[in-house]
This record gives sequence, structure tokens and C-alpha cells, in this order.
Amino acid sequence: MSLLKTEHIGMTFGGLKAVSDFSIEVKENELVGLIGPNGAGKTTIFNMLTGVYAPTEGKVILGETVVNGKKPYQIVNLGLGRTFQNIRLFKELSVIDNIKIAFHKDMSYNTLSAVFRGKKFWKEEKEIDIKARDLLSLFNMEEDAKVLSSNLPYGKQRKLEICRALATNPKLLLLDEPAAGMNPQETKELMETIAFIREKFKVSILLIEHDMSLVMGICERIVVIDYGKVIAAGTPDEIKSNEKVIGAYLGQ
Amino acid sequence: MDKKVISGYIKNITAIMVVYAIVFYLIQIKVINNYYNGILILAGIYIIVAASLNLATGYLGQLALGHAGFMAIGAYTAALFAIAVDLPKYVELIAGLILGGVMAGIFGLIIGIPALRLRGDYLGIVTLGFGEIIRIALLNLSFTGGAAGLKGIPRYVNFTEIYFLVVLVIAFLFAFIRSRHGRAILSIKEDEIAAESVGIPTTFYKVYGFVVSAFIAGVGGGALGFYQRILDPKKFNFMFSVEFFIIVVLGGMGSITGTILAALALAFINEFLYSIDELRLVFYALTLIVLMIFKSDGLLGRKEFSLIRLLNRFGKKTKIENAD
Repeated sequence: MSLLKTEHIGMTFGGLKAVSDFSIEVKENELVGLIGPNGAGKTTIFNMLTGVYAPTEGKVILGETVVNGKKPYQIVNLGLGRTFQNIRLFKELSVIDNIKIAFHKDMSYNTLSAVFRGKKFWKEEKEIDIKARDLLSLFNMEEDAKVLSSNLPYGKQRKLEICRALATNPKLLLLDEPAAGMNPQETKELMETIAFIREKFKVSILLIEHDMSLVMGICERIVVIDYGKVIAAGTPDEIKSNEKVIGAYLGQ
Repeated sequence: MDKKVISGYIKNITAIMVVYAIVFYLIQIKVINNYYNGILILAGIYIIVAASLNLATGYLGQLALGHAGFMAIGAYTAALFAIAVDLPKYVELIAGLILGGVMAGIFGLIIGIPALRLRGDYLGIVTLGFGEIIRIALLNLSFTGGAAGLKGIPRYVNFTEIYFLVVLVIAFLFAFIRSRHGRAILSIKEDEIAAESVGIPTTFYKVYGFVVSAFIAGVGGGALGFYQRILDPKKFNFMFSVEFFIIVVLGGMGSITGTILAALALAFINEFLYSIDELRLVFYALTLIVLMIFKSDGLLGRKEFSLIRLLNRFGKKTKIENAD
């Protein structure tokens, strides 16, 4: 069964066609890479999938729901989590609060219960405290729970952002350049983390990446776009030897 | 609820009652005379309104420049209600304050829904205009007494009433901020796009936070009417809104205890500078400049003063000393 399917989606900004006729399908527990030169439209595609932009053409189908025109938070509730190219943490809040915010939709106590500190408030707050700490300890970050997230080292900030996206309990995780700005050692750790996430959380992953060792190393399928159009799709080996891809990257 | 929470409540409630008893006693034996008592009551009203503005600006991160307008709506609603009906004092007081708050909240909803759907500082401009519209409307309507002001409001607010109203508002805000709703509001200030990407309905929470803020400002306005017994529309001008803004910035955006400190300080400084009214604004500006140079995030920044933490620290120190 496909988790995510897009049918010929396109995005036009004024007279500029950023993406056109883009179709992709992500199945359960798959790891798909989306690559392309700078300005090819990768992040625009992510923004369409997550509801930041509404596609001007075509349909985005998540599970069985058409999500065109839905708000980003509604799409999150349908099981799609994401991270950002330039890390977007809640910087002035502690690590654990970053995670707790992502558990928002799992809680249901109302304002009255919050203000009068009712039974439901304590029960649910305790539950998410445990859940958040469990999640952090899976990523060996339980020590950092009280640290301000802006004070974390870069690699851990990336990890926390992934961790926060996982707290929304996604079926599909979109990672926007998770290895950007990382050194080879950190990239290697990130690959291990991604493998671990797939194993542990049974999520499908769609990732944008420029680091070819990461993309070729872990992706099962790769889609290459250039100038907003798909120019190739297939296994890493097929992509490596595809002439169009080499052309796009080397500028022929 | 575990024991730690209950012991925390007991300590805080004890402290609140002790402070009340001391100040009340000082008023009774006239160490705090009527003049200072009046300043204290005004400071209480400043605390309520500035704390409500802190919710909108410090926690939610939205620029709001019309809180005097919400105050005015609350004040006139509560006052007109109390003049019209004839009920026991506390029934009129509580019902009046709630009505004033609800009316201000409704206006908050009306201007919040269009302005808060957009990102950016549109709310600042809309609230600024809103405050002026309210002031002009109050000046020209007949049932509000027009430019002559609304007279004959019963005095229902004295030190005791304002003290417990402040306690109620502050307790409400603390509980509200430290809940899932509060976290959602904080996340919007931090990063709206990220908040939406982890499932926070941002528009809803922006409007919700803003309406709660307007509600509390309305309650504060109601209290002002019940204390002053006369309402003058000229009082609720743009500079009045700015004064609350200064309190919030001075105390620290995102610190309620900071707001309390700054409101108390400014209420007294205001009175001392009353004789040189023109220079008051110069003084504000200077204070802000000095503060921005030396401590750019306000007196307390985003921290909160905590009695429990203070007691614990003292407790630990004495324990260590005893061990020695």
C-alpha cells in the first residue's frame, strides 16, 4: 500500500514554474531519496507535501486522503512529520519542552482542567513526560532534557529535530537535507540514526540530500529532479550511471 | 498530585496570605496612608493589564498596542452594568468584572481573527487603530457620558479586592502558560512554521491567546472603574497602551514576576513624577535606553522568581552549615 502518492503536482509562482508534473509514490517502510542540483525545486516539493504551499496543479494523496489545501498541522495529524533544511527548533525552550510541544495532539485536557490543575491534567502531563523522556533516551539525549535547545551542539540539534518530528508519530518522515553542515563522522552517525529510526519506528522516509555518500548508501530508490521536472528514477546503481543525471550535475 | 506539588501550593498560599496580612495591617495603622494605598491599588491594576499584555506580547510574540482600548471596554461595560442593576456589592463586582472581561474578549476576537491569520506585525497596526477608535467612540457616544466622563460608579474595589484579583490573575496565567495550551502559545513565538509542522493549530492558538489577553485587560479596566468611580475616555489614549508595553519590556518579555516588579516600580515612579508631567515620557525613554544597553531582555529576562526555589536554596544552605 502506498503511504504517499502525488499525481502530476505542479507549483507556479507568478510566471515561474518551480515544479511541474511531479509524481512520486512512497510505500510502507521505504526509504526514498530526492536529489537534484541547487534550485531544482526539491524544497518546494516538500513544502507542497507538507501543506506550506498548496499545489497549483495535481493531487497529493496521503494514505487515502487528498490533502491539497489542508493546513500543515492537519497534515501532521494524518501522519506526516518533517524536519527543515535550516534547523527550526524552539530555541529558547528546553529540549524536553521541544518534544512535549510535538505531543500536543495526543493530549486532550481543556483549559479549565489546565487552570484548575484537574486530574486529567496531571495524568496526561505525567504520561507525556515519560513518553518524551523515553524518546530522548532512545537517541541518547536524556541527559540533555533540561538544556536549552539552542545550547546543543549542531549534530544534536539535528537529532533533536528528527526526534521532535518522530514525537508526532508519523507514518512518513520527510527529512530536508539532514546532513547539511555535518562532517563525515557526523554524517556516518546520522546514517546509523536513520537506519535505527526505520527499524524502531517502522516509518517510511523521504529525504532530500546533497551528500552523495549518504544518499547512495542508504536510499532504496532515488528520484532525480532538475528545473522542476523528474529526469530519472531508480535504484542507486541505475542513477549513478544515468547520463541525464550526470549531465544535470556536471552541467552538460 | 504528588506531595511536592501540594507542599509548593501550601508555601505559596502561606506567602500570599502573610504579605496580605502585613500590608493590610500597615494600612489599618496608617503607616501606609490613603495616598500610598491608592498608588498600591493602581499598581495592582497595572499588574493585571501588563500581565495580560505580556501573554500576548511576551509569550505569544504578537505586537499589541491597544490594550488601553480593551481596558476601556471592560471598564465601561462593568461600570454601566453596576450603575444599571441593584445587587449586593460582591455580586455586582464579580459579575461586572466578568462581563467587562467577556466584552473585551469579544472585541479581541473580532479584531484578532482577521489580523492574526497573517504573519508579521499587522496586529500591532490593527490594535493601534482599534484603541483610537474605542477612545473616539467613548468620547462621542451619549450612554457613556461622552467627554464629561461616566460618573456615579460605586466604589467596590479597595486594597483587599485588588490584591486577591491580582493573585487570581497571576495564578491563572501561570497555570495557563504551564499547560499544553501554554506550550503551544510559546512555540508560536519561537517559530511559527516549526510549530505548525509538529501539529499545533497556530491560527487557533494565536487568536485564543489574544482573546484571553483581551479578557484579562477588560477585567483590569473594570477594576479601574470600580476604584476611581469616574471614567474619563481621554485617559485611555495611545500613551496609556504604551505604558503597559513599557512595563512588559522593562520586566522582561515572558516573565510574569518581572511584570509585577516593573508595574509596582513604575506605578510609584509615575506618582513621584506627576508634578513634572512633561518629563515623565523623557524618563520612560531614558529608562528603556539604559535597560536596553545593560540588560536587553528586561529585568528578569524570561526567568521567573520562585519562592519555592528560594526556600529550597536556603534549606540546602542551612543543611550544609548544620552538617559542618
